[in-house]
Amino acid sequence: MKQPKKKYPKKSIRTRITRNWELYLFLLPAVLLIFCFNYLPMYGVQIAFKNFRPAKGIWGSEWVGLEHFFRFFRSYQFGNLIKNTLILSLYGLLAGFPLPILFALLLNQMRFAKFKKVLQTVTSLPNFISTVVLVGMVSIFLSPSSGIYGAVCNLLGVKAGNPMGEPGLFRHIYVWSGVWQSTGWGSIIYLSALSAVDPSLYEAATIDGANRLQKIRHIDLPAIAPTCVISLILSAGGIMGVGFEKVFLMQNDLNLSASEVISTYVYKVGIQSAQYSFSAAVGLFNTVINFVILVIVNQAAKRLGDTSLW
Amino acid sequence: MKSLSDKWIDRILLILGILVFVVTVYPLYFVVIASFSSPSAVSGGQVWLFPKSVTLEGYRRVFENERIWLGYRNTIFYTIAGTLISLAFTLPAGYALSRKDLVGRNAISLFFVFTMYFSGGLIPTYFIVDSFHLTNTFWVIILPFAVNVYHLIIVRTFFQSTIPDDLLEVSQLDGCSNTRFFVSIVLPLSKAILAVVGLYSAVSLWNQYFTSLVYVRDDSLVPLQLVLREILLQNQTVSGAASVSNVELQKVGEIMKYAVIIVSTVPIMCVYPFLQKYFNKGVMVGAIKG
Repeated sequence: MKQPKKKYPKKSIRTRITRNWELYLFLLPAVLLIFCFNYLPMYGVQIAFKNFRPAKGIWGSEWVGLEHFFRFFRSYQFGNLIKNTLILSLYGLLAGFPLPILFALLLNQMRFAKFKKVLQTVTSLPNFISTVVLVGMVSIFLSPSSGIYGAVCNLLGVKAGNPMGEPGLFRHIYVWSGVWQSTGWGSIIYLSALSAVDPSLYEAATIDGANRLQKIRHIDLPAIAPTCVISLILSAGGIMGVGFEKVFLMQNDLNLSASEVISTYVYKVGIQSAQYSFSAAVGLFNTVINFVILVIVNQAAKRLGDTSLW
Repeated sequence: MKSLSDKWIDRILLILGILVFVVTVYPLYFVVIASFSSPSAVSGGQVWLFPKSVTLEGYRRVFENERIWLGYRNTIFYTIAGTLISLAFTLPAGYALSRKDLVGRNAISLFFVFTMYFSGGLIPTYFIVDSFHLTNTFWVIILPFAVNVYHLIIVRTFFQSTIPDDLLEVSQLDGCSNTRFFVSIVLPLSKAILAVVGLYSAVSLWNQYFTSLVYVRDDSLVPLQLVLREILLQNQTVSGAASVSNVELQKVGEIMKYAVIIVSTVPIMCVYPFLQKYFNKGVMVGAIKG
């Protein structure tokens, strides 16, 4: 016998809406905010195709088509900006994606319960340090005159350089300070996926004579695989979106050749030198590329997922 | 019975764990001991494991600095007001989205989720915010970006998986309205998600500087993080001329840096251990699947 699909007798859409009118009221403030400050700017993105003058308003400024985009593609910074942005985020992904997973596996297999708990708490603390303080700490530590780095150089009798002003070191400092800050926190999500594993699986594996590595390989990894894939898709979607905050703070005149990325460039050109339309065009270019990458990666994961992962 | 190789694996894991522990803790520990040591001992490389020539000079300078106090006051206000607004907007909306009988649920969800992947960008957003006359007011920090879609999804997924449908049906039979159900039944059952999303908002408000940098020129609205930036990264440690030598000034500036890191970071770090239990309840896994 087939069950009727709906619990309630079928009612018109109208009564179903009016019966839950309060729920729409619940949604209203959030919808309004998102509309005003996320969707209206999307409408405002047309200034990328205009010569925007604040006095004339978004709608009143004259159209110039793709001029600003071409200017950006032709500009001498273009290649460098794309290169810096891509390298920084790919490097960050390569180091920042696997480490939380490995750390979660390590914690999960750790036998010493008390130490495990302390380790988990302590490693998630750096996540609460602000970007300003993190960059501040890094530059104090690496200061040739007063930092740990300077002291170590003195001890070894080596002349101390200035790592913060070294374009070649910028990426490493950026990525590894990020790893220090977020590996512990990033592992939480995998740990909770691991904690959902049925303990009887481990017992069964022990009876079958599996050793620890085999348990990790055949129980732990499959348990976190879906979570891994989804975080990978999400981070791949942000590949062109290197965060502004940390890069901006780590920038100085000396390392600019390696540290100028699209988001900092948009800020400087747009907010600081008031080339609004040009800056909006650069930003839009970035957003579109990001969006395309996200869609591609998501499609790829869907296909791969069907055949191998699940 | 444990095999030999399992014992070795235990040892290797322990060693790795200790290594991670040391690498994580030492920089934090160093900041603490350096903040209590004399500047010359720190820059001379004599401070490694314990404070040397203990002094509270750095803290004294920090507490005498009026700008730090101003930033502190502002940031406390932004954090409390912003977190409250954020929760007041996110929780009801998340609950509404969790209801399967909400007509138009998918469309509304899409309306929110789309903004995670596409945005107008910095400049158009700036002019829209400006057209609402929010620039250069404290409102810009606590209101326009109060709804974080990622948090909204976490909240929705949480309600979906923890509030049983039967509970709603029974309450509705008793004549309970949606608002009443949300306030007196759903919220009391949802302390974990309140803690998680509240902590997220509070931390990001405490640590934010970008919104202030872009939208606020008025110096009396400066948040703590921008004051920290001046001290830690732009070396504006001392205002006004002093009779001490330049080298001396620089050294005092250095010790003040360590103290200011402690003073600004410890309050927000202290919150986490109290809320940690909520984070291990699988709240986040649900979120990423949803």
